[in-house]
Amino acid sequence: MLAAHHISKKFSGVTALDDINLELPAGKVTAIIGENGAGKSTLMKILSGVYDDYEGDVIYKGNKVRFKNPREAQNAGIAIIHQELNLVPYLSITENLFLGRELKNSVGFLDKKAMRLKAETLLQKLKLSVPADTIIADLKVGQQQVVEIAKALLYDAEVIIMDEPTSAISESEVEILYGIITDLRKENKAVVYISHKLNELFKIADNYIVLRDGRTIESGEMKGMTHDDIIHKMVGRNIDIIRNSNIAKEKNVLLKVDNLCLGKAGNAQKNILNNICFELYKGEILGIFGLMGAGRTELMEVLLGLHPDLTKATITLDKDIVRFTSAKDAIKAGMALVPEDRKKDGLILGLDIKTNISLSSIDQHASTGLIKHGAELTKAHHYIKALRIKTTSEKQTVKNLSGGNQQKVVIAKCLATKPKVLMLDEPTRGIDINAKNEIYKLISELAASGLGIIMVSSELPEILAISDRILVMAEGCMTGEFEAANATEDNLLKAAIPKTI
Amino acid sequence: MILSQYRSHLVKFQSLIALVLLCIGIGLLSDKFFTVDNGWNVMRQISVNICISVGMTLVVLTGGIDLSVGSVLAIGGAIAAGLLKFGIEIPSGNLYIGFTLLGSILGGLVIGSLLGLFNGWTITKFKVPPFVATLAMLTIARGFTMLYTKGFPISNLGDSFAYIGTGWFIGIPVPVWISAVVIVVAIVITQKTALGRYIYAIGGNEHASKLSGINISKVKIIVYGIAGMLAAVGGIIVTSRLDSAQPNAGMSYELDAIAAVVIGGTSLSGGRGTIMGTVLGALIIGVLNNGLVLLNVSPFWQQVVKGGVILLAVIIDKANSKND
Repeated sequence: MLAAHHISKKFSGVTALDDINLELPAGKVTAIIGENGAGKSTLMKILSGVYDDYEGDVIYKGNKVRFKNPREAQNAGIAIIHQELNLVPYLSITENLFLGRELKNSVGFLDKKAMRLKAETLLQKLKLSVPADTIIADLKVGQQQVVEIAKALLYDAEVIIMDEPTSAISESEVEILYGIITDLRKENKAVVYISHKLNELFKIADNYIVLRDGRTIESGEMKGMTHDDIIHKMVGRNIDIIRNSNIAKEKNVLLKVDNLCLGKAGNAQKNILNNICFELYKGEILGIFGLMGAGRTELMEVLLGLHPDLTKATITLDKDIVRFTSAKDAIKAGMALVPEDRKKDGLILGLDIKTNISLSSIDQHASTGLIKHGAELTKAHHYIKALRIKTTSEKQTVKNLSGGNQQKVVIAKCLATKPKVLMLDEPTRGIDINAKNEIYKLISELAASGLGIIMVSSELPEILAISDRILVMAEGCMTGEFEAANATEDNLLKAAIPKTI
Repeated sequence: MILSQYRSHLVKFQSLIALVLLCIGIGLLSDKFFTVDNGWNVMRQISVNICISVGMTLVVLTGGIDLSVGSVLAIGGAIAAGLLKFGIEIPSGNLYIGFTLLGSILGGLVIGSLLGLFNGWTITKFKVPPFVATLAMLTIARGFTMLYTKGFPISNLGDSFAYIGTGWFIGIPVPVWISAVVIVVAIVITQKTALGRYIYAIGGNEHASKLSGINISKVKIIVYGIAGMLAAVGGIIVTSRLDSAQPNAGMSYELDAIAAVVIGGTSLSGGRGTIMGTVLGALIIGVLNNGLVLLNVSPFWQQVVKGGVILLAVIIDKANSKND
């Protein structure tokens, strides 16, 4: 259906793609595999018309094509679902779906009825049970992702490229997505699937193409490949998956949360979080698992002192009863949060590594009012080394770092405040497998050094691999607690599935 | 590689290069431009705009804007002049408080700061968009100026007050000293203090800053307070130079300040920019104004040219940030 021959692309002299060849046959799901920076996104941007200044040929249905812009590619039948969401927050689902290709009636006005109808059908097909006139801003990230997919399905695309479609959605939605992909395959479409989650690829992909450093390393059928084969091809070397080694610890309670409730603004009846109680021990990695909307992120926010007016709780930190009225309070008391969305909530993208690292702790170096730049620099160097942040200099703008290194900068910022409790919300979201392992290793090391760690994750293998103990949340309540030894994917999922649906 | 380094240096100094080219151009066309007198003249003229635009830069770096500076300038100058000349008189209580020169200046600065702090308070406490909050203050402060002066200038303020705007100190005009101090203090704040860090951080990503434990409201209130105070500084210079506090002083000065900030390369969405950039921006506007006058360009054309320069500056800036 779609093929690329000898594609090369340079960004201001730096080679991003070097002589790439690939075939995307109709009726097959092709997985594009590679580490961050391997060139996957660049290649997809060429196929979908974002870049038109490349060398080589793109062949579509037997004809040589060169799309000048995404719209041209769309019209030809190539749809891409980007990793980052591209929705207008204050428009409704329907309006977003039809943005730029609105249906019009005979007079030339918008045909709202027809658009709503079509949107509703599509949402039903994707099993997203919200009204089609819901405003995007009111949807959760996972639901927004589904809308993004709906956008691509709206017009009859022949080639559908999905770039990390599951990075923000829960397991149950992943199943729905698989159903959709299976249908697309039956309809003889060519599907391109990019994901860091190898398990997914084994489930859904027919063929694979491995990219490394901008080159095609290998391609072939997925059948018969093993996990290790793929990783080996991706990185060119083997990786040891780090298993949790923190066993048998003294149980010193570091953080105790009693009857934590979080109300909903403007709705006194309904609580977002209900009677949450748990303890965290020194040196422990406490995993918190839950599906999207379970209230995991809200729990982290409350523990960082956000929403003070809506929170009721007794929190004991290091034997003192504490009450946080702002993030500043909580950080001072020894809490730190690595937020879920590092670009939006964790980093000042336009500033350099050093400034980001010292952001939460700059007053330590400004006792006289003026910042002691030497001390700040020493600290930045310390963390760059300790967390193995790959960069040429501490003056590098964080926007230009890879996802894994950005995440390390956020962690460094948190560590610089000398926290007692480090909370990590989806710490490995959207970063490649090498960087993931680095982060896991780091988390283990930090726990070993005596920090209490709370890690929220929706990836079961991850949470099983590194937690000492796992709490499960559903609909704002704690629904299960498991020692690592007794936890399995099955019993975690069982506890996580809401009872009221 | 070398070329791109060369280019990035070029980008860094583009305002400076533009200023130098502008000076050479005007110098070639008019022999009155490169004289010592004219140099001091330009510097003295832009000192007021520098005070205002430095404050504006801080505000814009946080992602805000302050439209009230022109009116705050007027009331700052009027209060200082009024306190010096009339003091405070409360007839019913049979009370009279006289003010020294320093006291009246402080009075003007305090009023300016308070109005700025009020801006910050409405913006942070009630989430009023900065554009709207300061637009309201633009009218309110102008109204208070009219009330205080009853619509008439307050003139004949004495030689010692006139020294601020017209005097010389070690061979340099006093207003130039004042603007130099303002610039240095602002550079220290932005580059060397935690407050400066927070200003850039908030403009770069307000939510992430909040989660990092920065007290957003406090920083913003301080920044608007500083902007108000600096506007009052400008007001005192203007009043002193004219030896008269005009009720309609500083009209549309906020536009020149925003222009200086923008020409200086500060992003209106916040988080990116420098004080030195703004100073260069103010110099470019000042030199341009001066040059157009020296070249006998009609005042109407002057406005057109100035607008064009602002537009051009932003277009160049956008093109550069796109290439990054």
